[in-house]
Amino acid sequence: MAKAATSDSGTTASGPARDSSDQAGGDNFELRSLQDSFESEKRYTASQDELIGFYKQMLLIRRFEEKAGQLYGLGLIGGFCHLYIGQEAVAVGLQSALQEGKDSVITGYRDHGHMLAYGIDPKVIMAELTGRQAGISHGKGGSMHMFSTEHAFYGGHGIVGAQVSLGAGLAFAHKYRDDGGICLAYFGDGAANQGQVYESFNMASLWQLPIVFVVENNQYAMGTSVKRSSAETEFYRRGTAFRIPGIAVNGMDVLEVRRAAEVAFAHVREGNGPVLLELNTYRYRGHSMSDPAKYRTREEVQGVRETSDPIERAKAELAGMGVDEETLKQIDKDIRAAVAEAADFAEKSPEPDASELYTDVLVESY
Amino acid sequence: MAGIEEEPVSLAEAPVRSLSMIEAINDALDIMLERDPDVILLGEDIGYFGGVFRATAGLQQKHGKTRVFDTPISEGGIIGVAVGMGAYGLRPVPEIQFADYIYPGLDQLISEAARLRYRSAGEFIAPMTVRSPFGGGIFGGQTHSQSPEALFTHVSGLKTVVPSTPHDAKGLLISAIEDNDPVIFFEPKRIYNGPFDGYYDKPTKPWKGHPGARVPEGYYSIPLGKAHTVRSGSAMTVLAYGTMVHVAEAVCRDKGVDAEIIDLRTLVPLDIEAVENSVEKTGRCLVVHEATRTSGFGAELAALVQERCFYHLEAPVERVTGFDTPYPHSLEWAYFPGPIRIGEAIDRLMEA
Ligand SMILES: Cc1ncc(C[n+]2csc(CCOP(=O)(O)OP(=O)(O)O)c2C)c(N)n1
Ligand SMILES: [Mg+2]
Repeated sequence: MAKAATSDSGTTASGPARDSSDQAGGDNFELRSLQDSFESEKRYTASQDELIGFYKQMLLIRRFEEKAGQLYGLGLIGGFCHLYIGQEAVAVGLQSALQEGKDSVITGYRDHGHMLAYGIDPKVIMAELTGRQAGISHGKGGSMHMFSTEHAFYGGHGIVGAQVSLGAGLAFAHKYRDDGGICLAYFGDGAANQGQVYESFNMASLWQLPIVFVVENNQYAMGTSVKRSSAETEFYRRGTAFRIPGIAVNGMDVLEVRRAAEVAFAHVREGNGPVLLELNTYRYRGHSMSDPAKYRTREEVQGVRETSDPIERAKAELAGMGVDEETLKQIDKDIRAAVAEAADFAEKSPEPDASELYTDVLVESY
Repeated sequence: MAGIEEEPVSLAEAPVRSLSMIEAINDALDIMLERDPDVILLGEDIGYFGGVFRATAGLQQKHGKTRVFDTPISEGGIIGVAVGMGAYGLRPVPEIQFADYIYPGLDQLISEAARLRYRSAGEFIAPMTVRSPFGGGIFGGQTHSQSPEALFTHVSGLKTVVPSTPHDAKGLLISAIEDNDPVIFFEPKRIYNGPFDGYYDKPTKPWKGHPGARVPEGYYSIPLGKAHTVRSGSAMTVLAYGTMVHVAEAVCRDKGVDAEIIDLRTLVPLDIEAVENSVEKTGRCLVVHEATRTSGFGAELAALVQERCFYHLEAPVERVTGFDTPYPHSLEWAYFPGPIRIGEAIDRLMEA
């Protein structure tokens, strides 16, 4: 691994005794160093067109997920299906700041939003949910396992926390190839308690890997609230022991998310090693489609929807910029049409042929 | 508990109720918490919420948070702390929410739990029971459907149990918890609420009315290592466990084959005598499991049968198993070793 570890700074990861100035952040590592520069200018200044773009993407995710929920209810989608409703600003704000195709993204099973934020065709995503041949993984992955080489989107992983280590590997490869790319690795507040997350933090910091770790803190891991599972509930602090600076961000405001992305990505692109972002957000729907949601009150959910909805916020902001009601209505109409088309496609496409069972198990067929 | 039918009470024996498998498991856990203050339940969402399949519903309320509690999502840690608790004398019953999530804890199971007794020459032991729902048929795709039992039967120092009825689930779970060795207790989740027989296009029957759903109240145990003959017959022996017992039964019934069906109940320790006696009688043997074929537990069974019953065999041992692929998201019923594949194997066996 020598090449990656030594390429830019000249220090070896495994070299002779290091004094602390060799370490990530040097002598004066400060957990909140980036938080402070972020606080100085907390929101991204988007042009009207940019904000319309964010709004459209967020609305597409919301409408797509609502439709997926309906198709599930109709029995067209089966098994496990986790909706992203409420968290739209996170994927849109962060991914809009990436260099598509150059930077890589990896996430867990709540992955539809991240795919859509990349502009991947809703039709092939929906067809994957319904398990059809035309789906992006030929129906073999399903809701939780979707990938796109074109967009350097590395999935879609059903095992909680596993993607974080994979992300560190992707970041290693970016550095090894010296391709200027960074990796964005998403995981949940619940996943943040998996041991391998901390093994990855240590390696990423030790080897100064270009990775942004993103905790999507939607306050719950299935039925377990953050308070009931975590000794440190401020997730942006969780990299402290590894000298990874953290930033706490309001994940319900797309412009704040975007601004945090700029700060974090710049730091990582300059070769300073990893950053840990905590995006505070909320999932409106159940954990998956079969969640009785007894662990929180209706009022709690309603409260968040009414006071901090990311889409309503962007909409109000657009209105403030002078975008008229007609334009916004038209956007909604177009998106509904696109989603309906995706659903129709996903319903009509054939199921994979049984011979697909044996494809892509290994290189050779057997 | 809701939905329990009260059966007439015979004074001679404990009252019997009709329970689903999930209710029977809950009952066993409740009884063991009551009987033994060293029993502790831990796992993801098992306390406050009562488990994603409701196996621990009501138990935290009844037995308190120090004995029935939620853990973070940390399977390696959950199993590791259970080994330590057990070594100190407690009797932990960790739940791994789906068998598919057990792998982060494999190191602790294989390197620590399974070997503590051996390497301490019996001074320290790991009396823990890892409960975990397993198997397919619920459209769970590759991360919610696997049957990894052979990974565990391959490890010396672990016991592996798979019940197929509510009655057995309760008695076996009680034995597992009382056992002084680490036990992997795989619960076939497809039959938690009814004895699924493989005919996926027909409505699933509930447990009520099935003989295996008659569960005595209170404490009883079923020894590990004792198979159960589900039905006797003379044409062939069918070896199965978990969900596949019910599928095999339905197929034999529909085809009118006079098969002897043996529900192994525990894979390690294995009731080899029951297997041997039956195959010597019938001369034909079919092994059925959901897990992938290569190095599956069926391979072990086939090897044992030929070692011990070779001169009684009239045909090669047949295996019906999952295919050697990850569990697919679509094509579940093409993958599942259902009635068609079992029926074909029976025909081949009878023609041989
Ligand atoms: C290793 C592993 N353990 C447990 C699970 C079951 N599981 C799936 S999602 C989930 C909760 C994860 O919560 P969080 O990380 O906060 O993500 P969120 O669902 O809130 O997006 C759990 C326990 C799993 N898929 N993999
Ligand atoms: Mg969460």
